[in-house]
Amino acid sequence: MLQVEDVVTLYGAVRALDGVSVTVRPGTITAVLGANGAGKTTLLRTVNGLVRARSGRIEYEEHNLVRTPVDEVVRLGIAHVPEGRGVITELTVEENLRLGGLWRRNRSELQESLAEMYEMFPPLAERRKLPADTLSGGERQMLAVGRALMSRPKLLLLDEPSLGLAPRITTQIMATLRRLRDEQSLTVVLVEQNARSALSVADDAVVLNLGRVVVSGPATELAGDAKLRHAYLGF
Amino acid sequence: MFRFVNLALGGVSNGMIYGAVALSLVMIWRSTRIVNFAQGGMLMFTTFIAWDLVQVHGVNYWAALVVAIISGLILGGVSERVLVRPVETGPPLNAVIVTLGLLIFLQGLAGMIWGNSQAHSYPPAYDFRGYTVGSKHLLFAPNDLYIVIAVAVVVVLLWLLFQRTPLGLRMRASAFSPEVSRLLGVRVGRLLTLGWALSAGVGALAGVLAAGTQPGYVLPQGPFDALLVYGFTAAVIGGLDSPLGAVVGGVSLGVLLSWADSYISNNIEPLYAFVILIAVLMVRPNGLFSRAAARRV
Repeated sequence: MLQVEDVVTLYGAVRALDGVSVTVRPGTITAVLGANGAGKTTLLRTVNGLVRARSGRIEYEEHNLVRTPVDEVVRLGIAHVPEGRGVITELTVEENLRLGGLWRRNRSELQESLAEMYEMFPPLAERRKLPADTLSGGERQMLAVGRALMSRPKLLLLDEPSLGLAPRITTQIMATLRRLRDEQSLTVVLVEQNARSALSVADDAVVLNLGRVVVSGPATELAGDAKLRHAYLGF
Repeated sequence: MFRFVNLALGGVSNGMIYGAVALSLVMIWRSTRIVNFAQGGMLMFTTFIAWDLVQVHGVNYWAALVVAIISGLILGGVSERVLVRPVETGPPLNAVIVTLGLLIFLQGLAGMIWGNSQAHSYPPAYDFRGYTVGSKHLLFAPNDLYIVIAVAVVVVLLWLLFQRTPLGLRMRASAFSPEVSRLLGVRVGRLLTLGWALSAGVGALAGVLAAGTQPGYVLPQGPFDALLVYGFTAAVIGGLDSPLGAVVGGVSLGVLLSWADSYISNNIEPLYAFVILIAVLMVRPNGLFSRAAARRV
């Protein structure tokens, strides 16, 4: 589905990604773990073109994403929920959602997706006409995920969805991801600092440290490796 | 008392023009955080194009107005694409210099084509003699009514575009949060070009309306510089972020200037605008219509 090969991304002189290779299988959840500054967010931003890779290849279906403009990436079926959720607070809940599906230019599909999202996230339906800055942190995360799903993506990139949320809400979000994978065979790349909850839903996991892949493999294997957990995952 | 109200009435149509100029500045400020100093030059240039058509080639007022607005759309779009785009990511001062440079360029170019020293007059669309009610003579003429309606129609159309259409939603989203918008597939660059085009179109309308406010209104570049100053003042009164504030600020400024002209002196009009500008900046630096809180992410 997504094949990242030997990607190098620079921020000035800093090698934020230093030869990273990751394979994401279709219909799975891949967790990308690691400490602050490990390069997790940079990996997502490089995949969707917000930052450009210096070298390496990023293959998605038949496309090489290294040269694809950001606003084209969503048209290939990749949706991104950015760090800090990226809810546009000046717009209403419904406007945020509609924005996610606008590029399709198909009114009935848009209405359909909108109804689906309200069904999946009932609190959003109650607040549809309110500005998004009236939402709580958990609701904003729902909105950000819902908005990404409005584009009916094949691949969902999620950046730290649990950041600043109560554990109960994090659990709900992880359950939503699991459901999307099982029911719609959505492929998910989940960047998380909260390794424990990410590993609870992930099929595969990749651990980054200082821009390099330390280890990758099935999530259960990583979760079972006590040494690795202590060294990089903090639990 | 009648005089006081009548003077206020007399300031409304000018105020609507200032509001339109302010609106054109606000539209660009909201989407790019650039104060488009070239707006005064752009609307001057498009007005001269219209003037040329009307007075030299005998074209009808309405056709010339349409040509002016279309030239404005093109001039605005091209300016953004060619001049502003390359400096957009740099320090804000770069963009300021570019817009100032464009202003001076357009003034120079207009001087080369139409002459710097000649006085030109522009015909008003309608009668400029005020209505009379009983024995009272109002400072409000059919032409003023036309100006008020024209600007109001544009404001309503823009409001509908921004609030009620998918295109408007994209434009607002890319103004508030360009990066997130790009992630959602919004082609932010095209919308910026469109935003500048629309802004300059509104400016072009304001230019033609302003030129026709009095018979024999002289048209070297001077009056258009003042128009930019008034428009900017109106935008600051309303808060640079608020389209509604821009229009309300414009009308307030028009009325205040009308009073000041009559009760104090009409020789130093731009000075009043500066005094008002400073007063607003001292009391409410974010303008009367700004949001109470700074933007939260």
